Order: sequence, then C-alpha cells, then structure tokens
Amino acid sequence: MSIFVGKETKLLVQGITGRDGSFHTMQMLKYGTNVVAGVTPGRGGQKVEGVPVFNGVAEAVGKTGANTSVIFVPAKFAVDAVYEAADAGIELVVCISEGIPAIDMVKVVAYLRDKDCRLIGPNSPGVVSPGEAKVGILPGHIFKKGNVGVVSRSGTLTYEIVDQITKSGLGQSTCLGIGGDPIIGTKFIDCLELFAEDGATEAVVVVGEIGGRDEQDTAEYVKKNFKKPVFGFIAGKTAPADKRMGHAGAIISGTAGTAAEKIKAFEENGIVVGETPTEVARLLKKHLG
Amino acid sequence: MKVHEYQAKEVFKKYGILTPMEKMCHTVDEVIAASKEIGIPCVIKAQVMVGGRGKAGGIKLAKSEKEVRQHAESILNMEIKGIPVKKVLVSEAIDIGSEAYLGIIIDRGKKKTVVMACKEGGVEIEEIARQRPEAIYKVYADSLMGLMPHRAREVGLFLYEDPKVAFECASVASKLYKIFVDLDSSLVEINPLVVDKGGRLIALDAKLNFDDNGLFRHPDVEAMRDRESEDASELLAKEQDLSYVRLSGNIGCVVNGAGLAMATMDLVKHFGGEPANFLDIGGSSSPEKVMNALRILLKDENVKVIFFNIFGGITRCDDVANGILQAKHTLNIKHPIVARLTGTNEEKAMDILKEAGLIFAKTMDEGAEKAIELLK
Repeated sequence: MSIFVGKETKLLVQGITGRDGSFHTMQMLKYGTNVVAGVTPGRGGQKVEGVPVFNGVAEAVGKTGANTSVIFVPAKFAVDAVYEAADAGIELVVCISEGIPAIDMVKVVAYLRDKDCRLIGPNSPGVVSPGEAKVGILPGHIFKKGNVGVVSRSGTLTYEIVDQITKSGLGQSTCLGIGGDPIIGTKFIDCLELFAEDGATEAVVVVGEIGGRDEQDTAEYVKKNFKKPVFGFIAGKTAPADKRMGHAGAIISGTAGTAAEKIKAFEENGIVVGETPTEVARLLKKHLG
Repeated sequence: MKVHEYQAKEVFKKYGILTPMEKMCHTVDEVIAASKEIGIPCVIKAQVMVGGRGKAGGIKLAKSEKEVRQHAESILNMEIKGIPVKKVLVSEAIDIGSEAYLGIIIDRGKKKTVVMACKEGGVEIEEIARQRPEAIYKVYADSLMGLMPHRAREVGLFLYEDPKVAFECASVASKLYKIFVDLDSSLVEINPLVVDKGGRLIALDAKLNFDDNGLFRHPDVEAMRDRESEDASELLAKEQDLSYVRLSGNIGCVVNGAGLAMATMDLVKHFGGEPANFLDIGGSSSPEKVMNALRILLKDENVKVIFFNIFGGITRCDDVANGILQAKHTLNIKHPIVARLTGTNEEKAMDILKEAGLIFAKTMDEGAEKAIELLK
C-alpha cells in the first residue's frame, strides 16, 4: 500500500511538450509510472515518448481515464492548469511549477474546496510510491520499497534524507514534497492523516523548515492523534530573520517561524528530532531495526 | 520586496487613503525648503527599511527652523541597525486624537487573506499577537468574493465608536485590501492609523511589502525597488536566477536546492564552523550557473574555503564539475574547494575533476568536516 500515487495511478502530464515536461515524462515512464496522456494546448495529436498529447484536460480524461495530473507549465499559466484539471474531474493534481503568486494560490485553494480534487504543491518535487509510481521530478534511483513515510517542504534535502534511509537498509512506503511556498494545497497534517490509515507505513519522517507555523500545528496534531512514531528534521537553524531562503515560504518574519521554535514544538510533542540528516536516518534505523 | 514609507504612501494616495502632507528629501537644504512648504512644526522621519526607527532616534518633531536643521543633520548622518540613512521624509505634524493599527496579510494556516485591527496604534503587532492575541480583531476576506463591504464595516466598528469614523475606516480597509490584491502585496500596514483633532482619519505611517512571485506582472512595483538598500550580491544573484544570502562566516557554501542549502549551513555550524552564505544554484544547473555562483561567492572576502554540496537529481554532477573547472581557470580561484557531488553522473564528475586539485567527500558530513579542518 501507499498514499496518493500507486499502481492505480493513471497519469496525465500538463505541459508535456515543454523541456521539463518531456524529460520527466521519459523519467517517469522509465520508473514504471502509467503515463496515459499529455496536454499542451495547440499540440493535440502529437506524441511524446509514445504518450498521446491532447489540447485539453477534459478530452484527455475522456479518452484515457487519467485520474492524476502533474503540472510542468510555467508559473504564469499554472493556476489555470490546476483549474482545468479540477474541472475535468482529476482527483489528484501535483503542481511542480515554481513562482506562483500567493494571492493566486489563495483563490486556487478556495476554488478546490468544492471540488473532489486534491492539490499537492505548488513548488513540489512530486510524489513517489517506490515500486509503484513516480509522479514528479524526484530521482527514482534513491528510493526503495519499505515502511517509512516521508513528507517534506523541500526537494533535494528530501533526496538526501531518503538516500540515507535507503542506504541504512530501510525503504519508503510513499515519499512526497508538499512544496516550499507559503500557500500550498496539501499540508503535513493532510499527509499524516493518510499515513495513519496506510497499512504499509510504520513510521513517518517530517522534514520541515523555517517560516510559518505548519510544523507547530503538525506537532500538536501528532501528539493528539497520531499513533505511529514520527521523526523530524528542521532546516534553517542558521538562517537570518527577514530573509527569504530560496523557497517563497522559507522566511522568518520577526521572531516567528524560527527553527528553534519548531524543533521545540516537535520535541515537546513526541517527535524525535535529528540534529543532522544523517542522524535522522540513524534514529529511524535504531527504532525500526 | 520592501519599499520605503514614502513610496508606500504614494501608493496609498493613489488609492485615496489620506496621508499627511509630506515631502521626501536627500539633503539638509532640501529638508529646510520642504519644512517651509509644509509648515513648522513638522516631523522628520528617516527612510530606512528596518523597524525601530523611532527608538533609534530616526523620527523627530521639529518645532523651529533651528530644530529642523539640527534634526535633519543628525538623522541624515545616522545609521539605523547598520543601515545609513540617505533619505528623510518631512511630514506635516498631525494633532493626534487616537491611534490604531490596521494591516493585511495572508494567513498561511487558514490559506486566506486576513485584515487585522487593533485599538492600540504604534505597537509591534507581532508582540501583541503573542502576548494578547485577543486584542487583535481579525476579519477574513472571502477568497473568491474579496473583502465584502459589510466585513470592512465590521473592522471599522471594532475600532471606532463614532459611526462616521467607523465607516470612513471601513473605506480605508477596503482600499487597503484593493492595494493588497492589485499589487500582489504580502503585507500592507497602517501603524498608526490616527484620528486627528479635526476628526480626519489619516495613515500616519505606511508599510508595504510585495510577494516576489508576483513581481513579474508589476513592472511599476519593480521600478520602486531601492537598489542601494539591498545587498548588491543578493541582487546580482537574483538576476542570474540564483538565490544568495550573505552571512558572516568563512565557509562558502554552494548547494542545489533551498532546503539542502539551509541544511548545509546548519551542518557546517553543527560541526563547529561558520557558514559564509546561503547559495542555491537551483535545479538543472549549467556550468555557466556554477561560474556565476562562484563569482558572487568570491566577492565576499571572508570566504576562505568553498564547500560544494550537490545532490544530483535534475542537476547533473558533470555540469557542476565542468562549471567548477572552468571557474577555477577563468576566475583563478586559489581557495581550497571541498566537493561532495553525488547522484546523476557522479562518476563523470569525478573524471572531470580528478586532476583539478579538489578535496573530495563522499557524504555531506564528511564534506563539512573537511571544510572546517582546512581552516585550522
């Protein structure tokens, strides 16, 4: 078992003819993902890596039964791509695009409230359920099927931690990046709710960073509701206040959103925090054996 | 992106929010001329983009021409939190009746835009939020409908008993919301919002921050950027699609990805070193991007060792290796370089770099430790 993506995933790639879209379509196919369709308005009828391209999502869904979409279109057009996917009945949208204005995301989130559609991202590296499906840009070779759920606000830091988990002999049930932006479709708690129900997941790693108070909310949730062991890491202990550290959401405003506050919240609520990525993998290994 | 108070007030005026009569000045002579136009007494306010200007002595009331000169001279020669004051705002002295706080941000938890009001003005709103959250009244805008008039009136009626002032305040709240949405703001704030003795509602101070992700559709906002007040290297990095923040240490870090870049800084510190910077070269990094990154890094004279921490996914290690090699020759880099390149095409990268005199590390822990060792 896994969450979000798996053997049942029928993937549609929005922006499939672009540089990133076509490259990652190839990578996802290579991983074994069932990529059934692509969409680029004006390019209907073409093929990319053997995958049929359509002019619109509704048509693609009608002809292929796609249930999941991954978005590679530039930030300017990404919001409409999400709306289009939701309107066409796509159940899960993974938005890789980076640079979407926050005020647009506020609207997207509101629009999706009445739809049967979940958004992961934007600015997400994607979701992998090892051995089943890979949706997004995560490097497939670092993953191994196993019983650790991984959820993170970042990309390469996630790869680093996953790589160490895999090298320690453990594997992952599902691993995803929820995106580094301030307003995102799916938060840590949403993922934990699903990991709680997932039979294949025995422990979860939460990789947070400075900015906002999502980690604090997550810590409270874990203490109250989550029965499986949770391990954590927070990036940005040395980050100065009031500076955006790459991710739009990674900014300490005044004294709020510091790494120290988040680590404290984790520790006070029973989440085992690793000082370094290496230590996270070691603590996990010690616990799961 | 942030702008100065005087720029924020120009935006406010355009949207019909009342501000004091004011003039921005660069020199003492300009201040004296402005004070004659505006009238004495007047207030002289340092224009720097940091908080705590008042406490630092950067805001002064001048009651005579002599005081205008004195205050202008002292403030224009002042540094506030390390930032030299280069501009001041000469402002009409307002006869203050009452002060309040009015601001708009996006609430990340609720994923909605929120108008915040507080009956105390001139306060640090974050402090109040922490100590007495009940003193802040919050009204959430509907994400699709916007801030409806009755919701704006709710804000006004919370702040003021006099319905006339309350409805005037509702109009200010609506205008503020329009600014927020129109310009992709991340924070818009009037602190304090005052009622003067004549019953007028005036924005005595103004703060306006913008969402960097929205700048592409607002060239007029981008044009307000005060390049002098920003770090030149950070600006240059932005233009080259890199993300750089200068710190005070001596180990220069070059990393792909923001989270890993932060974790790398933290790791250097964890092992007892001091990171010189945050530097994210992003995904799909070309050799040229690596060159640009090193050029920026080397502008910082504190940097003594360079630590590359690359986890190749979309980023190809051979691209990074080629960039390092080219930069070493072109920029004549003498600094020791510790390279931890793992993932996509790592073997090719090792081939490219084997003659380059680098120090290699297999893990990021090993890399950080080696970088620190080299400083001893």
